[in-house]
Amino acid sequence: MSGRHLAKEQPDSFAFSKAGEKEAKYWIAKYPKGKERSAVIPLLWIAQKDNGGWLSEPAMRVVAERLGMAPIRVLEVATFYTMFKLEPVGEHLIQVCGTTPCMLRGSEKLIKVCKKRIGEKNTISADGKFTWEEVECLGACVNAPMVQISNASGDHYYEDLDEASMEKLLDDLAAGRNVKAGPQNDRHTSEPLGGAQTLSDKSLYNGSRAKPLKSIPNAPKAAKKPAKKGVAKKAAPKKAAPKKGAGK
Amino acid sequence: MLDDKDRIFTNLYGLHDPGLEAAKKRGAWNGTKDFMALGDDWIVEQIKASGLRGRGGAGFPTGLKWSFMPKEVKDRPHYLVVNADESEPGTCKDRDIMRHDPHLLVEGCLIASFAMRANACYIYLRGEYIDERIALQKAIDEAYAAKLIGKNACGSGFDFDLYLHHGAGAYICGEETALLESLEGKKGQPRLKPPFPANAGLYGCPTTVNNVESIAVAPTILRRGAGWFASFGRPGNAGTKVFCISGHVNTPCNVEEEMSIPLKTLIEKHAGGVIGGWDNLKAIIPGGSSVPCLPKDICDDVLMDFDALKEHKSGLGTAAVIVMDQSTDMVRAITRLAYFYKHESCGQCTPCREGTGWMWRVLTRMCEGKAEMAEIDMLLDVSQEIEGHTICALGDAAAWPVQGLIRHFRHEIEDKINTYRAGKSVHAVAAE
Repeated sequence: MSGRHLAKEQPDSFAFSKAGEKEAKYWIAKYPKGKERSAVIPLLWIAQKDNGGWLSEPAMRVVAERLGMAPIRVLEVATFYTMFKLEPVGEHLIQVCGTTPCMLRGSEKLIKVCKKRIGEKNTISADGKFTWEEVECLGACVNAPMVQISNASGDHYYEDLDEASMEKLLDDLAAGRNVKAGPQNDRHTSEPLGGAQTLSDKSLYNGSRAKPLKSIPNAPKAAKKPAKKGVAKKAAPKKAAPKKGAGK
Repeated sequence: MLDDKDRIFTNLYGLHDPGLEAAKKRGAWNGTKDFMALGDDWIVEQIKASGLRGRGGAGFPTGLKWSFMPKEVKDRPHYLVVNADESEPGTCKDRDIMRHDPHLLVEGCLIASFAMRANACYIYLRGEYIDERIALQKAIDEAYAAKLIGKNACGSGFDFDLYLHHGAGAYICGEETALLESLEGKKGQPRLKPPFPANAGLYGCPTTVNNVESIAVAPTILRRGAGWFASFGRPGNAGTKVFCISGHVNTPCNVEEEMSIPLKTLIEKHAGGVIGGWDNLKAIIPGGSSVPCLPKDICDDVLMDFDALKEHKSGLGTAAVIVMDQSTDMVRAITRLAYFYKHESCGQCTPCREGTGWMWRVLTRMCEGKAEMAEIDMLLDVSQEIEGHTICALGDAAAWPVQGLIRHFRHEIEDKINTYRAGKSVHAVAAE
């Protein structure tokens, strides 16, 4: 567990932006009537974006009101999930993955670069541009080491980094230059460096697989041919299902 | 080696268009309506016959799980919930499915939901996968627009809604009941079972939770036949599987391969081999951070499937292979995992909340050699007190890597302690 607390200094109020308001409605509509509180994480995320990258206490209250939740329940959620930042952050939030697969490939070197360039973790750099922190596995392990950077352009992964490319990334961001997300070497995505060794068979992509199936494997005799008429009523359940692992 | 023609995820690397038309050209959505016409029982039978075991880590037979859902929809609706909270260290396979082959997942959601008489499905995506969320939502929108899902999905007469939900950074939400709590708008703290989700899951309704890969392979199994899928891998370990190979290999990558492929072959064929050659290998974690590591002599000939790895007291888990060469300080590598579990414990059960922190602190001292020899056995003992004494499997997952370390690399801890006592620098020795 990680202890997480609200920032000491809080703004007086919070309101969703116009776009945020629209997005909030979109999320709330995804859940059954009476279950609107399911939207609490998406709404807090929108609120965080609308609040400059961190969640203030008034923002949590607005979300609570919108979903008919007690404020304490929203506070519980906001402090439990680590993507909610409870203190202000810089323009670019840099999250360095430090878990073992990234560590084996040099994440500690990236952390050193961040310390040198930005300062201590979870602080805002003097120019207001950067905050960095070490986070747990971001799920891009075959492109390790990597960071996620959240800023006005979105929340992208920057992968296959080393000290030099990390320095360059920070230079480019500081200078306001565009940076390309994804692997920072010659890889496209998760294929081996140097090019994919598999999936070169042309017949996978020439449309031959879109031709109607000649027959459906294991279809009951009567229905060997793909059925023409479309009314597949929800099949009436036939007695009890076959007992354990039949057909294996 | 698996032939390209037998690979299910033909756009694993995103070298082709993930959009609907291109996905259809690669075979997605082919015959969906016809499968549905054969009925829910038929679909479940096919999945059972294919031998598919859940791809999220536990390896529970998928068809069997589907058959646990009530046979009739009564007063409560049924739900399918897809676990896309991929966060097991080492694992990044579902990410590729969602950003590059999302239509196989969307089609799978329809077929699985139909088979379990669920008219709605939620995909719970990990919060950090924001670009993946955009990609997957695009595929869902395309499927709605093409009337493949929604009212009268695929013209089958079956109404089906698919919703994408997201979390906000909590490994524990990969545990199915914590995921349901989170989806209901609460802290992600696992529920006691029973009741199992098939009886009382999302909103108290019958629910099945499946991993992304388990759902995304279902349509192709129906298209190619259960026998085709079952022809790969050893009996009881059927199918193809997306492996993630990370760590000290020359070319880390994801790749879809046959189950039961020898670990050494997997690494040498697809990941360019271990850095410095196979003999430079020290240890491998074969199935994501939660499973115990294996030393080189076991890695030499072990097969990558559920049963073979279990025989060696490890597991296939998510099939995320983390390779560590001779330069690796094993104690530090496992200590970092111990920190991960300490960080991710939900805090509900005392053995896990207190135990994960305790193990991490002891291991941190051991990294420096500042420990007593007797503490190695004490650590082992405490890990066994955590294992099996918590509501969910996170306690087990935190204990197993530590147990693997002590089982196979006890001498590295002892060396550090001896070195520290002799007054030498631990790091200087480790670097020798």
